[in-house]
Amino acid sequence: MGKSNSKAVMEKTASEPDFEKSLKRLEDIVETLEGGNSSLDDSIRLYEEGMALAKSCSIRLSDAKLKLKKIQKSSGGDLEETDIEE
Amino acid sequence: MSRPQREIAEAQRDRDLGLFDRRNAYDEQVLKVGDLTRLIKEVLEGSFASVIVEGEISNFKRHMPSGHLYFTLKDEQAQVRAVMWRSDAARVRFDISDGMKVLVKGRISVYEPRGDLQLYAASIQPAGQGALQLAFEQLKKKLESEGLFAEEHKKPLPYLPKRIGVVTSLEGAAVRDIISIIARRFPVVELTIYPVKVQGDGAAEEIAGAIRDFDTLGNVDVLIVGRGGGSLEDLWAFNEEVVARAIYDCTIPVISAVGHQVDFTISDFVADVRAATPSAAAELVVPDRFEIQDTLRTLSRDITKAIEQLLGQLQLRIDRLTSHYALQQPASMIDQKLQLVDELTRRLDTHLVHYLESSSQQLSAVKAHLNALGPQQVLKRGYAFVQGPHGIVSSIDNINLEEMAMIHLTDGILNTIVKGKHGKE
Repeated sequence: MGKSNSKAVMEKTASEPDFEKSLKRLEDIVETLEGGNSSLDDSIRLYEEGMALAKSCSIRLSDAKLKLKKIQKSSGGDLEETDIEE
Repeated sequence: MSRPQREIAEAQRDRDLGLFDRRNAYDEQVLKVGDLTRLIKEVLEGSFASVIVEGEISNFKRHMPSGHLYFTLKDEQAQVRAVMWRSDAARVRFDISDGMKVLVKGRISVYEPRGDLQLYAASIQPAGQGALQLAFEQLKKKLESEGLFAEEHKKPLPYLPKRIGVVTSLEGAAVRDIISIIARRFPVVELTIYPVKVQGDGAAEEIAGAIRDFDTLGNVDVLIVGRGGGSLEDLWAFNEEVVARAIYDCTIPVISAVGHQVDFTISDFVADVRAATPSAAAELVVPDRFEIQDTLRTLSRDITKAIEQLLGQLQLRIDRLTSHYALQQPASMIDQKLQLVDELTRRLDTHLVHYLESSSQQLSAVKAHLNALGPQQVLKRGYAFVQGPHGIVSSIDNINLEEMAMIHLTDGILNTIVKGKHGKE
């Protein structure tokens, strides 16, 4: 298996926004707001960010379609990744 | 059976087998050694072309590099030399060792250069238990003593994996079950299937290779390795050392999902997590998206509650300010504060309008509540608040007769004197 090939595989999957990070950020926002130590402006900003995150996460969950791939070894021994239909 | 009886019985058997007559056929003849051994060999091969012999292994040797096995099979009365060629030895799943009670299937022949009678073994089975069962126990014991099953090596599974790898066959229900369950529960992932042979020759090597490839690529956060149900023989690849080692060496957390609920394999022991079935693996590798939707709703509610509370506190502070400084401060100052509250309420409203569709009922309740909080709104509706020399008048006991009372209306203040009090009935 070629090194360049494995690198290409990794780059392809790196761009996706991180669902777990979004969820964690949302939890942090709730904690900060409930702490009540932020200024009014900050609180409003956090509120706006939090609501936007909740909405985008929720939309992603309801709209998401499973991405399906298959790995195969080529005759040369390289690993090839291809998209497949469900 | 006494010795003479046995001799008679053996002679009888030899006659039945035709050996007696043949032996007599060469009576008084002068034979060369080579001829004799060849004749003996022919007789033996003809009569013992396929036998099953029970005995105990001793002097066991694996000859290298040929890979042939040499041993002696013995019981209390006798012993016989045995050999097993490499091609047959490769099919023996368990480790052979001295002292082991076995059943050997093979043929009897003579090794002419030494004139030795030998048992040419084609297959060996442990006496009393299945070969696979013994192989399983042996490997389990070996790997356990090496620490491959130790808890401290178990890696936790990611809470929300982004990329899931599956090592299994494309045939069979297992792969379809995994795909459909993950698609239903949490489709916010990328699922990569690495198709392999899961039974038969070379299956274990393919499975181990796929695990190592995933580890090298590093393109998944968690691996499911498994197959659907089958016989012990069908599931055997997952009891092979090469698979166990690949799972152990893998830096990605591995879920072993082999067969049915009742099937335990070596893979299950080595893996970071054992799932009872491939479907169970899919259930535990991702959370249910409807549960996450619930969490999102709860978090949104918490945020809204927190901001509401903050605005409520702000309202209290403004109330206090207006009551204390209303006379000294220019009216525009109060207006500014009230405007700020209005502004915040409006901004909040704007966002709440876009609040998750599912919470629209909650939304209108929050809006109504926030509107009610704005004093300007209340004053506009004809309500007033009264301020006396001792502060805000919220009870007839807060002010005395003939004292000054300032009535705040939406557009100004009325200065009045208290002329009488009437408590509620």
